[in-house]
Amino acid sequence: MITFSDVTFAYAEAEAPTLHRVDLTIEEGELCLVVGPTGSGKSTLLRAINGLVPHFTGGRLSGDVSIGGRSTRDFRPRELADMVGVVGQDPAASFVTDTVEDELAYTMENLGIAPNAMRRRVEDTLDLLGLHELRGRTLSTLSGGQQQRVAIGAVLCASPRALVLDEPTSALDPAAAEEVLSSLTRLVHDVGMTVVLAEHRLERVIPFAERVVLVPGGGRRLVIGPTAETMATSPVAPPIVELARVAGWTPVPLTVRDARRLAAPLRRRLAGAPPPPAAAPGGPGSRPVARADHLSASYGEVRALEQLSLEISAGEIVAVMGRNGSGKSTLLSQLAGLRSPHGGRVTVLGERPGDLPPRKLIRLVGLVPQDAGLLLYGETVADECTTADRETGLVPGSTDAVLEGVLPGMPRDRHPRDLSEGQRLALALAVVLAPAPPLVLLDEPTRGLDYPGKERLVTLLHKLAAEGRCVVLATHDVELVAQAATRAVVLAEGEVVSDGPARDVVCHSPVFAPQVAKVLAPEPWLTVDEVVSAINGSTDDRSDDGT
Amino acid sequence: MSGRRGAAAVRRGLHPAAWWLWAGSMACAAIRTTNPLLLALIAAVAAFVVSARRTSAPWSRSLSFFFRLGVAVIAVRVVLQIVFGNRLPGHVLFTLPHVPLPLWAEGVSVGGPVTLEEVLQAAVAGLRLAVVLVCFGAANSLASPYRLLRCLPAVLYEAGVAVTVSLAFAPEVVMAIARVRDSRRLRGRPIRGIAGLRGMAIPVLEIALDRSLQLASSMDARGYGRRVVVTRRTRRIGNGSTAAGLLLVIVGVYGILDVGSLPAGGIPFVALGAVLVGVGMAVAGRRTDRTRYRPDVWALREWVVAGSGLAMLATFIAASVSGTAGLQLQVYPPHLPLLPPLPTAGILVALLPAAVAPRPRGENSSRQAVPTRARAHAAEPAEGILT
Repeated sequence: MITFSDVTFAYAEAEAPTLHRVDLTIEEGELCLVVGPTGSGKSTLLRAINGLVPHFTGGRLSGDVSIGGRSTRDFRPRELADMVGVVGQDPAASFVTDTVEDELAYTMENLGIAPNAMRRRVEDTLDLLGLHELRGRTLSTLSGGQQQRVAIGAVLCASPRALVLDEPTSALDPAAAEEVLSSLTRLVHDVGMTVVLAEHRLERVIPFAERVVLVPGGGRRLVIGPTAETMATSPVAPPIVELARVAGWTPVPLTVRDARRLAAPLRRRLAGAPPPPAAAPGGPGSRPVARADHLSASYGEVRALEQLSLEISAGEIVAVMGRNGSGKSTLLSQLAGLRSPHGGRVTVLGERPGDLPPRKLIRLVGLVPQDAGLLLYGETVADECTTADRETGLVPGSTDAVLEGVLPGMPRDRHPRDLSEGQRLALALAVVLAPAPPLVLLDEPTRGLDYPGKERLVTLLHKLAAEGRCVVLATHDVELVAQAATRAVVLAEGEVVSDGPARDVVCHSPVFAPQVAKVLAPEPWLTVDEVVSAINGSTDDRSDDGT
Repeated sequence: MSGRRGAAAVRRGLHPAAWWLWAGSMACAAIRTTNPLLLALIAAVAAFVVSARRTSAPWSRSLSFFFRLGVAVIAVRVVLQIVFGNRLPGHVLFTLPHVPLPLWAEGVSVGGPVTLEEVLQAAVAGLRLAVVLVCFGAANSLASPYRLLRCLPAVLYEAGVAVTVSLAFAPEVVMAIARVRDSRRLRGRPIRGIAGLRGMAIPVLEIALDRSLQLASSMDARGYGRRVVVTRRTRRIGNGSTAAGLLLVIVGVYGILDVGSLPAGGIPFVALGAVLVGVGMAVAGRRTDRTRYRPDVWALREWVVAGSGLAMLATFIAASVSGTAGLQLQVYPPHLPLLPPLPTAGILVALLPAAVAPRPRGENSSRQAVPTRARAHAAEPAEGILT
């Protein structure tokens, strides 16, 4: 269906090729998962399938990419629209029309499909993706998950033979992600659609994939193979696979169900081990940093927060969770003083962030948005650091020093745009952390971040908390919550529905429980690291008993 | 209203062209009068119909913007008249110091006695323009610009796409401004004043242009611009007929705006031109392979809405042709405006759409059936830096 034969691609002005001698064949009706570290060329590989690379990006492509027998050398993306549908990382950016129905029909209109056939296919797609209720809605009023489904439906309607998706669940809450992925599997099984998707959050997609294409980056050879086989040795792997490696399970289980069957001995062993240490809640003497009192906020007619009260203390890492549109981002923007409350009040160390001039604000609250690049304007990394020092009145070199602490050895002469996702996040964090704000807010920090990047972030967060700062994360990433958070707050419809130590909150939720917790329930372990130290601890105990 | 949802037309709302015809007729009528009472009435009718029939879409909130713009237009017009205007005789309100200008600037005067009459005239002229703007805003609020584009004949599609990208550009800029403002605040940078403006312009344009490029690549990936086969002869006939028709329409519209310059107010010209344009487009569009999904239907309701606007315009034309008093405000000497019966009745006819036009579907499901809280969960509009 899709063949890459000896494809080498380099962007204009790039020193090394992004793709080097790629040979890859994807069969019809296959669900193929593309994984790899950030910046390894996953998106490039995906966009080459329908010729957006190089037709829209420039650069040099040698070798041949063909889909359904048509080579992207001879056919432009528009002439492949009936063969392949591509959904990018940001679905909203791909919308051409304004309502759901028109968006679904757009490709078909271009292909000249007869009106009654068009009508039938739109109705089918509405049913297939559960969009029926939304058919007349304006696209900009939809939530992230709904937009993602519309974007998929819009390319699906033209009944292409292949579907290419770049991080389709990165913006979605766990439940919405599940929904999108199960619609995709249904397409593969019922219609024989070929699906190629790239994803960082492997724990979400691994159970659905038949084959994995590992893009190691740096122009190295792709590793292609059945999911279980590739995962056994892959440098990027979801927690369930890490757990399997620790416990020595073969073949590697890919679903929670399979893992649970294998996990009985491990559970028995862990039952005897001392329970994981309760997360340090900042200690009894810790002072409250931020407070929300009966906070209400709205966007236009939409009530985003409803009488919300919350107190956050120094040394805490608070994860704010909840489905798309539950008020997480609004809470963050209130704490950061970007918007004024409509009722109630927010205080950070006794000051209202919304009333502070920008200069003072950044010494009190630091926020890193989802797209960290938005904070960066400099021409180079070094330039960004010196400007930050100057503007915030810090001693020259202090931002640079913070950056070195966050991510050592970052090239100082790069343009922020040319950095990898993880490097950009590090730079934005350095800029925000340099004025030493006691309250640090992060909006969905792991979007587009690979596992090593995530690990570094977790270490940094623990360090910040140890320094007595207080960190608030708004995130859908349950694995991040499991690794980093000391406290979890779940929002629904602008209200707090649960609030407590992260372990208690996530363990008891079917939606937010991380994979390890699901496999080991009812034992309260959340991460592979905890399990490893528990096992080591218990063997130590036994040897102690023996002597 | 929800009981009428069965009819096909209700599903997709009124044909956008009907709204534009209705609003366009009102704007044309507004141009023909200087009576502030009539003008205010037209604006009120436009506002009422919009409030009764707009959707929940983002552009539906644009009317208030047009009202504010209108007020600004009046203010600017009056201030300009007071400072630079030609001095007309009449009741002197106050006198500004006269600034002597060099000879080459003859005809322009600065300062001098300001009369009630000239201020009044300027205010009414400003009001007239403001009401035209409000009519335009009403059309914008009632019919999505995208949907109007969908009605364009296939031959004009290429041009339509340029418009689509530029239409998308404006909201992108607005969103980019919100994001850049937020990010500057988070970096402790000024967001107001010259410094703020200078620092923001580049990133805003960068973001908005980036999005436009994304839109273009997305359109391409979705098959936009696949080859269209049109023979040279068909294209010639089509283009010629369209061009001639457009010319006639322009001449006709001139006749409608400039009373008495053409027989029968220029309406026959417009009609003939419209037919020619229609033929031209049909001929040229025959060979394109683009199809249209659920084209908007033109049914009774559309006739009524467009007709109510045209009827109102007709009453204005009739009144001015027959020389009915009250259409123009009498400034010399200033008189209180009257309400001439025929045009007033015409304006009231233009209220019909508020009852006849179907309630937009989005409205049925979102504003009435679903409580506000549930909607909050359904969608949190992406605003600013936190999306």
